[in-house]
Amino acid sequence: MSSTGQGKGWDVLDSQDRARFEQLVLPHLDAAFNLSRWLLRSRSDAEDVAQEAMLRAFRFFRGFNGGDARAWLLQIVRNTCYTWLEKNRQVELMTEFDEDLHQQSSATPETLAIAGDNRERLARALETLPVRFREVIILRELEGCSYKEIASITSVPIGTVMSALARARQRLQRALAQPAQQEASHEL
Amino acid sequence: MSCDFCGTLLHAYFDGELDAVRAAEFERHLESCRECTATLGAAESMRSTLQRAQLYETAPTELRKKIRGELKVSTASTSASPVAAWRWLAAAAAILLVTGVAWFAVPHFRATSPESVTAAEVIDAHIRSLQPGHLTDVASTDQHTVKPWFDGKLDFVPPVHDFMDEGFPLLGGRLDVLGERNVAALVYGRRKHFINVFVWPTKEADTPIHPPGSRQGYQWVHWRHEGMEFCAVSDVSAEDLHELAQLFVQ
Repeated sequence: MSSTGQGKGWDVLDSQDRARFEQLVLPHLDAAFNLSRWLLRSRSDAEDVAQEAMLRAFRFFRGFNGGDARAWLLQIVRNTCYTWLEKNRQVELMTEFDEDLHQQSSATPETLAIAGDNRERLARALETLPVRFREVIILRELEGCSYKEIASITSVPIGTVMSALARARQRLQRALAQPAQQEASHEL
Repeated sequence: MSCDFCGTLLHAYFDGELDAVRAAEFERHLESCRECTATLGAAESMRSTLQRAQLYETAPTELRKKIRGELKVSTASTSASPVAAWRWLAAAAAILLVTGVAWFAVPHFRATSPESVTAAEVIDAHIRSLQPGHLTDVASTDQHTVKPWFDGKLDFVPPVHDFMDEGFPLLGGRLDVLGERNVAALVYGRRKHFINVFVWPTKEADTPIHPPGSRQGYQWVHWRHEGMEFCAVSDVSAEDLHELAQLFVQ
């Protein structure tokens, strides 16, 4: 039994593999958890899925060729999250690219500044984004990944990352502007 | 959006993903494009908003501990748990089953064993154990945990020893059925492999470690020692099995 990479082959690993895994991959558990949490919009589901992904990563560790461990792990995390969503919340994966349903004006820096003081509201706005937009925001803005890393994690060309990110930012601005405007009108 | 640059190129610039030439080109454009200036400002504002909000959520300490624990038990040479072990074994078992291994014309132990346990039964039991959740009922590297676990579950007391120092770490035990009788199955690790040692009582005299049998990539050895009958089966080499058997009779 030998592993040729993710998705094929299984390895039974020894304690040396484990030591290497704990040194190279396990330090990225926060990244794994953070991505899961935002893709699944739930801390408790994220705990389960991050754990599953981490153990899956371990099983496929021989398939890891020693490159960017974080990107390698996050790719597995992302796939595990999508599998989970497919199984548990298929609807979320289906409402992907309807971004032009509500064409609104972009938020101004001012409305964003107001929204930014409220973590809750920002989190909610982020969670309203379709998962494919949400993930690029998380990877770029929270995780600080390069386009190349995002491309490898999400298995799409760099050009697609670029346009997804552009649209994701636009949508997030819109999502943030909306409640801010509504609240402003309530106050009047 | 009327300005072509406001689309994706602006974001690539904002993220520092443009090469120097194109970045300079974009900066020249920026001087005269209000739309781009506004979009860039919004992107910057968004970034600082996101950062200020501290949205990054770190993993709970408990989770880290749990994963470390799971990694430990899923590492063959140290120990195994039913949960972790079945996950990798699931695929192995699936492959074995899917290849449609046919177990026919199997030599019997009958010649030496009145209990009529056939090699086919032993190998079947071994393969069955590799299916999800079947490897161990009690997962522990501690013989003092595994041995008492059998108390009251069998009408005999199987000898349970950890041979970690000899390269055969005890991974756990379970109940199994061979030749219509309940047997103890002790699970050992050998490098990347698993070994089942089936144990049941016998009234026959001791027999030496029987020359290994082999079928479809599985090896087994059989012996009787101090009122117990043993059969060890695995995909490890016959030499490895013999070595383990010797540890039992020492």
